[in-house]
Amino acid sequence: MHHSIEVEHLSFSYPDGHPALVDVSLHIAPGEKVALVGPNGAGKSTLVLHLNGILSGDGRVQVCGLEVGEKTLGRVRAAVGLVFQNPDDQLFSPTVYEDVAFGPLYQGLGPEEVVERVASALSAVSMQPYARRVSHHLSVGEKKRIAIATVLSMTPEVLVLDEPTSGLDPRARRSLIHLLCDLPMTMLVSSHDLAMVRELLPRMVIMDEGRIVADGPTQALMQDGRLLEAHGLEMP
Amino acid sequence: MHIPDGFLSTLVAVIFWGFSAIAVAYALRRVGKDLGERQVPLMGVLAAAIFAGQLLNFSVTGGTSGHLLGAALATILLGPWAAVIVLTSVVSIQALIFQDGGLLALGANLFNMAVIGVTVSYFVYTSVKKLARGRSWGLFVGGFLAAWLSIVVASLSAALQLALSGTSPANISVPAMSGIHMLIGIGEGLITVGALAFLYSARRDLFTPVGSSPKGGALVWVFGLAIALALAVLSPLASTHPDGLMWVARQHGFLDAARAPFYKVLPSYIFPGISNKAVSTIAASILGTLLVFGVALGVAYLRRKKVV
Amino acid sequence: MDGRAKFLLTVAFILTVSLTPMAAWPIYILLFALVLSVEILSALGIWYVLKRALLALPFMLAAFPVIFTVGQTTLFSFSLGAWTLTAHSEGLERFISIAVKSWLSVQAAILMAASTPFPELLQAMRAVGIPRLLVSMFGMMWRYSFVLVDEALRLMRARAARSGQSSQAGAKAGGSVLWRARLTGGMAGSLFLRAFERSDRIYVAMLSRGYDGEVRSVPLPPMTSATWAELLAGLACLGLLLFSGILFWG
Repeated sequence: MHHSIEVEHLSFSYPDGHPALVDVSLHIAPGEKVALVGPNGAGKSTLVLHLNGILSGDGRVQVCGLEVGEKTLGRVRAAVGLVFQNPDDQLFSPTVYEDVAFGPLYQGLGPEEVVERVASALSAVSMQPYARRVSHHLSVGEKKRIAIATVLSMTPEVLVLDEPTSGLDPRARRSLIHLLCDLPMTMLVSSHDLAMVRELLPRMVIMDEGRIVADGPTQALMQDGRLLEAHGLEMP
Repeated sequence: MHIPDGFLSTLVAVIFWGFSAIAVAYALRRVGKDLGERQVPLMGVLAAAIFAGQLLNFSVTGGTSGHLLGAALATILLGPWAAVIVLTSVVSIQALIFQDGGLLALGANLFNMAVIGVTVSYFVYTSVKKLARGRSWGLFVGGFLAAWLSIVVASLSAALQLALSGTSPANISVPAMSGIHMLIGIGEGLITVGALAFLYSARRDLFTPVGSSPKGGALVWVFGLAIALALAVLSPLASTHPDGLMWVARQHGFLDAARAPFYKVLPSYIFPGISNKAVSTIAASILGTLLVFGVALGVAYLRRKKVV
Repeated sequence: MDGRAKFLLTVAFILTVSLTPMAAWPIYILLFALVLSVEILSALGIWYVLKRALLALPFMLAAFPVIFTVGQTTLFSFSLGAWTLTAHSEGLERFISIAVKSWLSVQAAILMAASTPFPELLQAMRAVGIPRLLVSMFGMMWRYSFVLVDEALRLMRARAARSGQSSQAGAKAGGSVLWRARLTGGMAGSLFLRAFERSDRIYVAMLSRGYDGEVRSVPLPPMTSATWAELLAGLACLGLLLFSGILFWG
């Protein structure tokens, strides 16, 4: 059985020479739910962008048994669903329906299947009645749900979320946590919300200055106050 | 400067639709080559930014305020082809959603703001920049002049379109429009320079690649020069000899008139039995008015039935 | 009603208004009846549409001089200092015609815009053959104009919140016009910069869902026969009005 995500000795520097990832290795098994935490600028987003080939650095990245590269790009992007932090960036179509249909359309699916995919993705996030709505008029919580639906419609094996709970009020945050809890796929969640991490994600990876500095069971790492403090984190 | 529907004769409106359609189609092709797959998000969002930027106003004096149109800014930041598309989006959406400018007149408005605005900006900006030889004053002086002149030339073009349509005599509309827009242009220039200064200090990298010289830039430059010159020569000419333009307007007025006999197969009276034109006009008006009420009442009645 | 039919009928209506000869008053009235009845149907509120339609009124200034320059039949004349202005009835006729035509056209455009969700208008534009690339750009611009307008309003609010007046005597609030204009320019610049950065993020979000540069969109639903009937009836009606307008007043 292959791992869902395999990253081996990945390094990456931005064009201005600033190193963002330094020799990062990470293995995530199918069905695992993993948190990615660390201060701003630690390299979390850069790592996440490598997982579906938007950035490519030195080293090896394998996703669901596919080597990430020019040739596999299309299949990799269907296998890994990326949900970005700001839903206004993710929802770029005039209506909710068109946004959720975007991924399946680019996969080249037939019209009936697109309709079906949209319906099931929207029902997975309990937003079926919103299909004809205009994205701008939704609340932040609703936008986050739709943003998740836009990748669910591509039936990914791995779901990667960037700050899913940022900007949500407690009720919307709670309902989003329930939603994530119910989704069956492998999950990698980058977040500052350690309370959510403790509740939802049994494994935790801490990054700082482009390196992975700790990787282990969430419960155990959370006890280590000194480790958390050293990397700008606070116990919830 | 957004000409509403009703002010342009159909012929003028259609001709300028043709010009604009050709220019936009060509720009679309060029943009596809230059920007590749990034084009949709980049231009879509920047069009929205110009649209939103037009809301930013500053008080000038006594209740009037200046605000941005953005042709020069878009041209400097994106290059001429993308700027044409971005302004096309802005002007079209304004017409479609806010009725800022008419739909039939959209062709002429696109021509003034997207085509003339961009080409004249490009011509002025690149010329001044060349004179400055890479020193930073070229950016600001060029930006100011490009913004100012693009507004003035676009308004001249609008004035001439109105005169060609026989809507407004050139000896009045040309000086009036250009006079107002010479003032508005100063505001445009100042804001453009302010925006350029901000972007220059925050993201200098935006200026080097795009501003250099995109493919087909020479064509735009020549076109901008030609338009600026043509309008500079035509406008004073038109305003001192308004009869010339009126003559043109009358010419296609004649075209309309030339059709008329063709249709006049009916006898010279309009309503059977009524030979006086005035009386028959009144009769037709009354009939029309009755029809209005009939239709309106009928519709209201139908609606009431639907509600129940 | 189908957005595509509405779009075509609106364009046809405005074209008809434009082609109708000057001073064809009864035709104007009939066209007005047409647009008025649709206004009643649309439940937008007649006053709302009629009021908004006055939008183009300031532009009438541009057409005002035709009263004095077109035609021979003297209506009245008066002197203003050294000038003597002579109003002609042909000119007046023209002026009023232009005003009426503009007012009718704007009403039709308002009706379409207010009664059709923008995504449907986009579909209509695709259906009449406007390039997909342009249409998808319109769509994206529309989507983000909300976001960026919010941003612009926040910038202006922040400026207003700090535009205080000093209690010190002699301190003139507001600075010079030049300074204010430059400041506004800076705001526009930062709006642009944010838009640039946002377009980067959107591009990445599109890529991660398989975007490859080609524009693909949801297929258009077919036009129903009812829509066709509405469309054809509307066009026939307009054609008839136009024909009689040209026949009697051309």
